[in-house]
Amino acid sequence: MVSKDMNKKAIEGEATRSVVLAGVGGQGTILAANLLASALVEHGYDVKTSEVHGMAQRGGSVISMVRFGSAVASPLVPYGEAEALVATELLETLRNLEFLAPGGRVIASRTRVDPLPVLQGAVEYPADAEERISSIAPESIIVDAAAIAAEAGDARAANTVLLGILSPMLPVGEDEWLAAIESLVKAKAVEANRKAFLAGRRLAEESA
Amino acid sequence: MPEKKLMTGNEAVALAAFHSGALFASAYPGTPSTEILESFSRFDGVYAEWAPNEKVALEAAVGASIGGVRSLAAMKHVGLNVAADPWFTLPYIGVSGGLVVVNADDPGMHSSQNEQDNRYYAKAAKVPMLEPADSQEAYELTREAYRMSERHDTPVMLRLTTRVCHSRGLVETSEPETHARVPYEKDEVKRVMIPGHARLRHPVMVERLAELEELSNDFPWQREERGAGDAVVVTSGVAYQYVKEAFPGVSILKLAMTNPLPRRLITEFCEQYKDVYVVEELEPYLEETVASLGLYPKGKEWVPRVGELNVDNVRQSFPELAASTGVEAPVHLAHVEGLPPRPPILCAGCPHRGIMYALARQKAIIAGDIGCYTLSVLPPLSAHDCQVCMGASITMGHGLEKALEMEEGESEADSKGSHRVVSVLGDSTFFHSGVTGLMEMAYNRGRYTVVILDNRTTAMTGFQDHPGTGVTLQREETSSVNIEMLARAIGIENVRVVDPYDLDECRKVLDEEMKRDAPSVVISRRACVLRVKDKDRTAYAVSREECNDCGLCMRLACPALVKRDGEVMILEDACTGCGVCAQVCKREAIKV
Repeated sequence: MVSKDMNKKAIEGEATRSVVLAGVGGQGTILAANLLASALVEHGYDVKTSEVHGMAQRGGSVISMVRFGSAVASPLVPYGEAEALVATELLETLRNLEFLAPGGRVIASRTRVDPLPVLQGAVEYPADAEERISSIAPESIIVDAAAIAAEAGDARAANTVLLGILSPMLPVGEDEWLAAIESLVKAKAVEANRKAFLAGRRLAEESA
Repeated sequence: MPEKKLMTGNEAVALAAFHSGALFASAYPGTPSTEILESFSRFDGVYAEWAPNEKVALEAAVGASIGGVRSLAAMKHVGLNVAADPWFTLPYIGVSGGLVVVNADDPGMHSSQNEQDNRYYAKAAKVPMLEPADSQEAYELTREAYRMSERHDTPVMLRLTTRVCHSRGLVETSEPETHARVPYEKDEVKRVMIPGHARLRHPVMVERLAELEELSNDFPWQREERGAGDAVVVTSGVAYQYVKEAFPGVSILKLAMTNPLPRRLITEFCEQYKDVYVVEELEPYLEETVASLGLYPKGKEWVPRVGELNVDNVRQSFPELAASTGVEAPVHLAHVEGLPPRPPILCAGCPHRGIMYALARQKAIIAGDIGCYTLSVLPPLSAHDCQVCMGASITMGHGLEKALEMEEGESEADSKGSHRVVSVLGDSTFFHSGVTGLMEMAYNRGRYTVVILDNRTTAMTGFQDHPGTGVTLQREETSSVNIEMLARAIGIENVRVVDPYDLDECRKVLDEEMKRDAPSVVISRRACVLRVKDKDRTAYAVSREECNDCGLCMRLACPALVKRDGEVMILEDACTGCGVCAQVCKREAIKV
């Protein structure tokens, strides 16, 4: 393991980079952002995140932001600056595409959670969500994250699968990721999350 | 060098209070301030409590300060409205143990009913105010606030905003200190604010303000960043971070102590530049002072006064300044138009749903309150008619009933003899500020109905305990308020308890109580579905044979009930088995 101090030297003067995580209240977006942030800190980056609590968590749209570099100023990601949009739901992916930098990558779960107006039959869920995402952001990886997570032992670790897919894009070592999982995930869920992360990581490495 | 740790602004404030030797903290939960007390309560040897409301919390902290202990009170912006009474007299009394009042504003109203700018509270009360811009500063300025409080014999406001409270950043801590309790000494001239004493204390405050302004001029956290060009931006709080990115390399005067404002510093620094800009969230608080100094700043005419700031809208406010830095705004993908919105909703199995549905069907005029149940205002439930602040349901309902009576003669009752006004509020909100309203109803001969939605927790802010749960913040067993007995003691003779999962009972009891020509209280009691440990309830399903897709059940707005290709169905994974929809169905098509 390269020492954190050596990493810090390498990071010096590095511009701020951003990842946006989106989903629906209750899907664990905040935990995923914390895992990512913790792995980046482990690597030696300056990190800032932002999240929303309270009213927005009652099944509403949820968004978390993670920024890292040598010295991060704003905790909010400006439009067009995210190198990746990690999303646990297709509609929320579409909703947040404007955060992506040109050429930025979508990493999304093929999951559909109907918002109330759709449940009520008042409006249609965009049936072509997946195609629209891929046409707007050609660098998209859309997988059935819940199924992959279920295979790893816990369908709720879908977020961790997506982080695994994101992981080769970032200069953070596998051991630093696993350390973050161990320190933040509840003890009984660590093993499933480890497996879910590695399954995602392998998937990204294979498709690279 | 100590290891830096990632923490939210709220966690940093709690840790800094602990490292400053604070031993007493009190608060009422409110987004975005809630986690300050939750974090603080976990430290060794401290006392931390949920107070019934913010006024109580602040007064308890004042008492602890008089008792010689460093203390903390925390609240969201509208909480300080509730605590405004002690807030304005507390600076007359001063402190014994240091007292820091943490106030968290919510620009953009992520989880609030307004976006008032509480910096004016500090100015109006002559209380020094510190404004951190991230977690590191939240830590440092909390530490400094305790020193300032005792040195200058004043409470100190720490003003946070949502993006400071709920953003994480790396924090480097400094050496913790233990604070020796200041021995109690009687000093009634300083602490008993009869007019004769208060007249002695007010000049002391005015003198103190002058001293504090000198301090503000030399305050080490007021940062002068000299950059390129002939423009300077005056800013504070999280807005500073947006300015840094929107206009890289520009000169900045970043203020951390924003009451009293350092007028000498502002003048001396800004006079060196041709153009002066002010970038701040919400009101033109800094701008007013900068303008009063004859510096002709550009501010709120260009910078949004409504909602949150961010790098994008700060950059767009002053394109000439952005252009002068030579850095171009990133290109970004177009916003995808026409997507279905995703508003927050009552959870599947939420005990508020049944009773709010029953109320809406009674054609009640519903004076509502602050809590998850306010979400029932959205269609199709549409079960709220007015709402303004914590506890106002009962009192607004009172005035509303009296006014309707004036308009309609003897009684405001409808053709079936049913009083139309019903006030609705949650258990935690009732303890917060509903009790006095209930006395108003009883004493002043109200004849309407109050529905208390008792879900045994403070749900909206994340399940905090309250005076009705029998447990304290630090997990000690304690007494719990008996709402039925309290209502009777106040003078309400008609007090009924219903199970909101039993729709027939809800309808019957509401009908009877709304027809009654006397004040009544209906307690709708069932624990928040997110707090129910026993999850082995059986999901319901729609029988295709009986269902004619009339959509009556869809009016419940339950996320487990969906209409796909014209057919109503229940999402098995989402259904909690509450059974309310089965009771709504006229064809008995919804079964276990």
